[in-house]
Amino acid sequence: MKEIRIHGRGGQGSVVTAELFGRAAFQGGKYCQSFPYLGGGGERRGAPVQAFARISDEPIRIRTKIHEPDYIIVKDITLLHIIDVAAGIKPNGMIIVNSEKSADELNFDKSLNVKTVPATKIALEILGFPIMNTALIGAFAAITREFDIEAIKKAISEKFNGEIAEKNILAAQTAYDFVNKGENIYSQKKP
Amino acid sequence: MSRTAVMEGSFAVAEAVKACRPEVIAAYPISPQTHIIEELSKYVADNELSSKYVRADSEFSAASIVYGSSGTGARSYTASSSQGLLLMTEVLYAMAGTRLPVVLTGVNRTVSAPITIQPDHQDTMALRDTGVIQIYVENIQEAYATHIQAFKLAEDHDILLPVMVCMDGWILTHTFEPVKIEEQELVDKFLPPFVPKYRLDPKNPLTYGSYGDDEVPEFRYMMHFAMEKAKTKIQLIAEEYKEIFGDYFGGLTEAYKCEDAEIILVAMGSVIGTIKETIDQLRSEGKKVGVLKVRTYRPFPAEEIFEIVKNAKIVAVIDKSISVGQGGQLATDIKAALINKKTPPLVYSCIAGMGGREVNINTVKYIINKSENSLITNQVPDIDYIEIKRQYLE
Repeated sequence: MKEIRIHGRGGQGSVVTAELFGRAAFQGGKYCQSFPYLGGGGERRGAPVQAFARISDEPIRIRTKIHEPDYIIVKDITLLHIIDVAAGIKPNGMIIVNSEKSADELNFDKSLNVKTVPATKIALEILGFPIMNTALIGAFAAITREFDIEAIKKAISEKFNGEIAEKNILAAQTAYDFVNKGENIYSQKKP
Repeated sequence: MSRTAVMEGSFAVAEAVKACRPEVIAAYPISPQTHIIEELSKYVADNELSSKYVRADSEFSAASIVYGSSGTGARSYTASSSQGLLLMTEVLYAMAGTRLPVVLTGVNRTVSAPITIQPDHQDTMALRDTGVIQIYVENIQEAYATHIQAFKLAEDHDILLPVMVCMDGWILTHTFEPVKIEEQELVDKFLPPFVPKYRLDPKNPLTYGSYGDDEVPEFRYMMHFAMEKAKTKIQLIAEEYKEIFGDYFGGLTEAYKCEDAEIILVAMGSVIGTIKETIDQLRSEGKKVGVLKVRTYRPFPAEEIFEIVKNAKIVAVIDKSISVGQGGQLATDIKAALINKKTPPLVYSCIAGMGGREVNINTVKYIINKSENSLITNQVPDIDYIEIKRQYLE
C-alpha cells in the first residue's frame, strides 16, 4: 500500500486532488481510499488543510489519517514556514512540491527526497487560473509510476465534463511530459 | 449488471436510497449528513427519482413530515446528524410507538458542547431507547447494502419499526472508495413496493397515536417483542441479500478471528477496519486476538455476543461515546449480557475516539497491551479513558 498526504490551503481543491488520486489509481487497476480532514479551521478558505489518499493492490480497511506517508504533496510553498510538511515521511518517501524554485532554494533538509514541479505555472498557461491539481497529478504519475497518464485521463473524464475536462487533461499531460523530458524539474536526491 | 465506481460514501448512500424508490424524502441539512440529502434532492430535481422531496425548516419538521407520509403508506426516508438527530427525538419515539417503518441515516457526529463537527457515537446513543432499530456499519459498501436491507426490515409486517443506519460522519460519508452499485432490477426484486398493514385513508378512517391511559405497558411490550423478532429477521434479510447480490456483511454481529482468541475487542462502526488491520499484525506475532463487530445495537444481540466471546479470557470494549455518570454504553450492555453466565470473560471498558480523536493502530495495540496486563494481574480498570490529555484536566 502507498499512502499520500496532500498539504494545501482551503479553496485550492485538496479534497478533489485526493479524490482524483483515488480515481486514477482505481482506473489503473488498484484499490483506493481518498478522504479529507475537515474541522479545526479546515473548512475556511486559506487555512492550512490536509487530504489523504491510499493506493493498494488489496482492499483497504484502515481508516486513520496518514501519519507515515510514502508521498507528500505540497501545493503551496507558503505552508513550508508554518507546517512541518515532512512529518512522519517513510525512509524512502518523496516530497513533491508545487514550485518554480528548486528544493535547495526552498531550504529543505538535505536528507529528504524532494522534487519540485511548476504546477501553478502550467495551470495558469493552460487553464488560465491557478488550480494546479491536475498538473500535480500528471507530474506525480511521471515521477512515481504509481499509475499512468491514461488512468489520469479517465479519472479526470469521470469527474469533469467538456472543456474543463479537456483542459485539465492537457494540464496533466503537460506536467507529465515536463517531468519525462526532465525539463525545469529540480530534484534533490539523498546524498 | 452491477457497476463498481469510485464514489463518496454519501453518494453511495444516496444511490442506495434512490434504488429503494422512497416516495417521500424530508430533511434539513447538517454536516456531515448534507451530501446525502443534497444528492437525493438532485435526483428528484433531475427526474431520476420519482419522489416528493421536502426541504424542511428543521429536523423536527423533517421527522414529522416522514412520520405523516409513512402513516399514509408511503415509503419514507430522512437523515440527520448530531443535534439534528436530537431535535428529531420526540418524533422518533412517536414513529416507533405508532410502528411506522421510516428509514433514516444517522450520520454520526458528536453533540455540543463543546461544538465540533467531528464524529463519535454520542448522538445515536442518545436515541438507543426510542424503539428505533440501530445498525452500525463499518465501511461504505456495507452502508450501501444496509440501507437497502433497512427498508425491507422496517416494512416487514412482523417488525414495523423505524430503522436507523448509523455511519461515522466524515470517516465514511466523505471518503471516496470503490463501491459496487447494484442493478435496479435486482433491487426491485429484493425490495418490492411497501405494502402497509394499516394506513391513513379517508375511506377507512383510523387514528395513529391516540390517547392510551392504561395501554402503555402493552405497547412498549409489543415494540420490544418486535425488536426481538428483528434479531432473526435481520439475519434472514442479510442472507437473502447475499443470495441476490453476493455480498454479506453479517447479520447482528461479525466475528473476526475470534475462534481461538484470548483477547477479543468489541466495537461498532468504521473503527472496526482499523482494528482488523491491527489484529492481523498481532496475529502474525502469534498473539491470540480477535475483534467482534456489533452491527445491530438495538435490538442488542446479547446471546450471540456471549456465544462468540465465551471462551475468551478478556473482552475489551471500545465505546465512542459516554453515558455521563455511568460509562460506555456498549460496555455496559456487554457486561449485562455476561452477568448471569458461568465463568464469563473479564470486561475492560475503554472510552476512545470521542469528538473524533483518532483510534489508530497504536491505540488498538495499547488497549490489547493493557488487556494482556489485566490478565496477568487479574484486575481490570472499571473504565479507561484512552489517550485522555491529562494536562487539560487541571
